[in-house]
Amino acid sequence: MPLFARMYNFAHWLTQDRAEAEDLVQETCMKALKGFGSFRQGTNFRAWMYRILRNTFLTSRTGLKTATVSLDSDEENVVEPIASGTPESILISNLDQQAIRSALEGLPVQYREVIVLCDVEEMSYLEIAETLAIPIGTVMSRLSRGRRAMREQIQPSSGSRRA
Amino acid sequence: MNCDELRSKLTPYVDAALRGGELAEAEAHLRGCAGCAAEALGMLQTKLATRAAGMRYTPSPEFRRRMEQSIRAQERPAWRSLRWPRLAMTGVAALILIAAVTVWVSHSGRERELTKIADMHVTELASVNPVDVVSTDRHTVKPWFAGKLPFSFNIPELQNTEFTLVGGRVAYFEHSPGAQLLFNLRKHQLSVFIFKDETGAHLPWPKMTAASRLALQIETWSEGGLRYYVVGDAPASDVHALSELLRKAARS
Repeated sequence: MPLFARMYNFAHWLTQDRAEAEDLVQETCMKALKGFGSFRQGTNFRAWMYRILRNTFLTSRTGLKTATVSLDSDEENVVEPIASGTPESILISNLDQQAIRSALEGLPVQYREVIVLCDVEEMSYLEIAETLAIPIGTVMSRLSRGRRAMREQIQPSSGSRRA
Repeated sequence: MNCDELRSKLTPYVDAALRGGELAEAEAHLRGCAGCAAEALGMLQTKLATRAAGMRYTPSPEFRRRMEQSIRAQERPAWRSLRWPRLAMTGVAALILIAAVTVWVSHSGRERELTKIADMHVTELASVNPVDVVSTDRHTVKPWFAGKLPFSFNIPELQNTEFTLVGGRVAYFEHSPGAQLLFNLRKHQLSVFIFKDETGAHLPWPKMTAASRLALQIETWSEGGLRYYVVGDAPASDVHALSELLRKAARS
């Protein structure tokens, strides 16, 4: 099961709970086995599996609770804000993993999932759009907003470390 | 492309999703605008840090066993009445699984390796002192590595080419020392990494591999027991041209 460990990681980021992540992966695998006939040969198997996982999550108790949370409305062509740090501080600051993880955990799920799929799973925009059933423009705007929110959360703590 | 236009393209830029004219315009703007370049670097750093921090949760061995059992239980009824075909099919399925896992492990191992090399190049460029021996003369740079590395290598003659040697330093990859050389090409900077090809035994590579990571082009190959990586933000044809010069130098 080459995708098993990675699917579990993604499921844990979605649910933020070990037992729920295990249930989610188990249900996903069972659904995939039963519905393998619906998989079209030649299409993206990974995106198909992740789509089942993510749809299963959305119908779970935790998924239903998170469905209404949002940072802002999705917009395309988002202009990045100017960073508050100097170039030197950005280069020198050592983003420790705990700060990154806390910032990622703190994001609403629709931003967290797109960042995990892009940065951790290294999916292309097209694969993410297929997995989440959203337009590529929405993938980009969610990435942009999610990363901005992460950096805003990380930068004050970087500043306090330097002070 | 002005600053506002560039900033609306920064997300696809750091995700290596810009192509053609847009990519060229973005790179041209970044070369001349320190503020936007710092913003791009900050975003890239966050992306790399997220990648490192994001692969956090691993399934427990107990959960893995439970999953295997439940998958077997799902498959069992269809095979119950066919003893020998079942054994044969199980063998075939096991072979396919082993082959798939081997290919996947090998592929993902190589993916990680290329990503690390790309990270090392980005880190080098962000350093205040990207090289320890600063010289455009290969006859100065090559001897500097003598006694520092467990192998020797040739640096190509760059006369009549657009490449300029900047210098070099010792790099470490998978706990092994190697050479890191820095070259300039027009406004691009390219790194060449050379290590003993010890990973080749368990991570087989195609004869020559070209890939793209974070808008960087990478070419890698093995020659004379050494593994070479050429990485940079130059077009793939330029990365290949430098690779060819190194291959010729290695054979001379």
